[in-house]
Amino acid sequence: MADVPDNAPEHCPGTTSEKAGTSASCQGCPNQSLCASGATKTPDPAIAEIGEKLSSVKHKILVLSGKGGVGKSTFSAHLAHALASDSTKEVALLDIDICGPSLPRILGVEGEQVHQSGSGWSPVYVEDNLSVMSIGFLLSSPDDAVIWRGPKKNGMIKQFLRDVDWGELDYLIVDTPPGTSDEHLSIVQYLSSTHVDGAVIITTPQEVSLQDVRKEIGFCRMVKLKTTIFCTGSALFTEKMCQDFNLTLLGKVPLDPRIGQSCDEGKSFLSEVPDSPAADVYRTIVHSIQEYCSKRVTGDQDTC
Amino acid sequence: MDKEQNNEIGSLANVRHVVLVLSGKGGVGKSTITTGLALALRQAGNKVGILDVDLCGPSIPRMLSVGRPDVHLCDAGWVPVYTDAQKSLALMSIGFLLDDPDKAVVWRGPKKTALISQFVSDVAWEELDVLLVDTPPGTSDEHLAVLENLKKHRVDGAVLVTTPQAVSTGDVRREITFCKKTGVPILGIIENMSGFVCPHCSECSNIFSKGGGEELAKLTGSVFLGCVPLDPQLSSSMEEGKDFMELFSNSATSTAIGGISQTLLQRLQTT
Repeated sequence: MADVPDNAPEHCPGTTSEKAGTSASCQGCPNQSLCASGATKTPDPAIAEIGEKLSSVKHKILVLSGKGGVGKSTFSAHLAHALASDSTKEVALLDIDICGPSLPRILGVEGEQVHQSGSGWSPVYVEDNLSVMSIGFLLSSPDDAVIWRGPKKNGMIKQFLRDVDWGELDYLIVDTPPGTSDEHLSIVQYLSSTHVDGAVIITTPQEVSLQDVRKEIGFCRMVKLKTTIFCTGSALFTEKMCQDFNLTLLGKVPLDPRIGQSCDEGKSFLSEVPDSPAADVYRTIVHSIQEYCSKRVTGDQDTC
Repeated sequence: MDKEQNNEIGSLANVRHVVLVLSGKGGVGKSTITTGLALALRQAGNKVGILDVDLCGPSIPRMLSVGRPDVHLCDAGWVPVYTDAQKSLALMSIGFLLDDPDKAVVWRGPKKTALISQFVSDVAWEELDVLLVDTPPGTSDEHLAVLENLKKHRVDGAVLVTTPQAVSTGDVRREITFCKKTGVPILGIIENMSGFVCPHCSECSNIFSKGGGEELAKLTGSVFLGCVPLDPQLSSSMEEGKDFMELFSNSATSTAIGGISQTLLQRLQTT
C-alpha cells in the first residue's frame, strides 16, 4: 500500500507510521482497520526493491546541512560536474528537496521533461554522462508550489529511488533540503539495504549555521551515516567543531560572487571561472571525496 | 483546561496584528529580518512578539541573547520570554520546549504538526501591537500547521524574504503560490543581502547581484517593501545577540530595516 493512499484523509499519518489506524485523522478512513491491524507496518517491500535497483550504483553520497542556504545544491551540482569531467564515469544527481528544488536551474536544465518508458522514468541528461532527477521537472510552471505533508513527500522520494531508470552509475549524489525531517529519515531508510559511502555536510562559519550543523551531525550518528564536512568562508569555529566531533574538514571555500552568478545562469562555475581560488578549493574537495570513495570497501559502514 | 477556553482567555486575543515571515528558500535571512523588524518596531514604541516555529533550526533565541530559559505554563498557556523588564519584546521559540536544544529534532511531519498546533495556540501573549511568526523554509507540514492554528484568530498576512539571485526568487515564487492557495494576504517582499556595504567607505557592491526581489514583486503583482544590504556588523550582532538596530543605528542596513518596518506598520493599519 502507498504510504499515503489516494483515498486517505487529509491528515493521514502514513500507513507505516506508529499511529497508522489509530490517530484521530484515521476516523472514517476506509483503510483504518487494515492499518490498525499492523499489516501495513511490516518492512516496506520498496526498501528491498530499491536495494536491488541501486545495486548497479557504485558510490552514493548524501549532501546535507542542518542550515538552509549554505550551498548544498551549489556543491552537489559542482561535485557532479567535476566527477563527470571524467568521461568514463557515469554520474547522477537526485534532488530530494521537494518544496524547493534548485538543481534544475543550477544545472541549466530547468523546463526539461521527464519521460516514462518500460524501464521506468528517465532522468534528465545534463551531459552524456551526467543525469539528474528532481520534482522540478514534474511541475508545469515555475510558480507551482508543492504543498505536501511528510507522508506524501516520502512517497515521492521512494518513487525517485525505485522507479527512475538510473542505469549503471559510478556516483549517485543526493541533494537534500535543510533540516532533519521526513526527507532525511526517508532517504536513509530507503537506502538502508544498499551501502551509502557517506555524507558531506556543508556549513558557513557563523554560529547560527554551526548550531544547526551540530544537530545534523547528531542525526548522522543516530542513523549511522559516515560523515565528513566542508565549509564556506573562513572557519576558525568550524575547525574547532570538526575537532570536537572528530570529523574531517574537507575545505574552506571563499565567497566568490561568480559562483552565485553561474548557478543563476545554469552554468558550471568550475568551467566558467576555472582559475578562481574558490574553484581550486572545490577541486581539492572533490579529489578528497573521490579518494575516499575509491578506498571504501563495499559493506563497510563505519560510524563517525 | 480545554482548548476552547484557552483560545478565548489568552492566546492571540490581545494581539493586534499577526505577520508571518516566509520564504521558499533557506538561508535568505528570515530569522535575521524577523529579529531586525521586531527591534525596529520596538524602537518605534510598539509592543512586539516573536513566535519561532522552526523546529529543526530555531535561530531567534540566540539572536536576542535569551539563552536557554525555563518556560512556564500558566492558566492561559505558555508564558513567553521577555527580553527586557519593560516587556517590550516577547519571544516564544519552539526550541524552549525541547529537552535538549542542542539535540537534533528528527521528527516526521505528523509529530511536528502535533507540537506546532499545540504551541501556536497556547502561548499566553499579553497585549501586543505586532506578532511576527518566523518559519522554516518550504511549504510543508510546519507551514500548514501554523496557518491552520493561527487562522482561528487572525493572520494579517505574510512578508516574504528573498535574496537577489534567481535561485532564491525561484523558490519564493512558489511560496507566493502557497500564500495565494491558502488565502494568506501578501503584505510584501523584502530583498535581503541586497548589496554589500563596506563598513569603511560605505560604498555598496553587489556581491549577490541585485534587483531580483523587485522584479519578483512586479512579476507577481506584490508590493515591494525594500532592500536590505549585507552588513558584516549585522551578522556579528546577530551572532552575539546584540541589538544591531540600536548599536549601528546610522548604518544603511538599520535605516533600510527601519524604513521597511514603518511601511509594514502602515500597511497593517490600513488593511
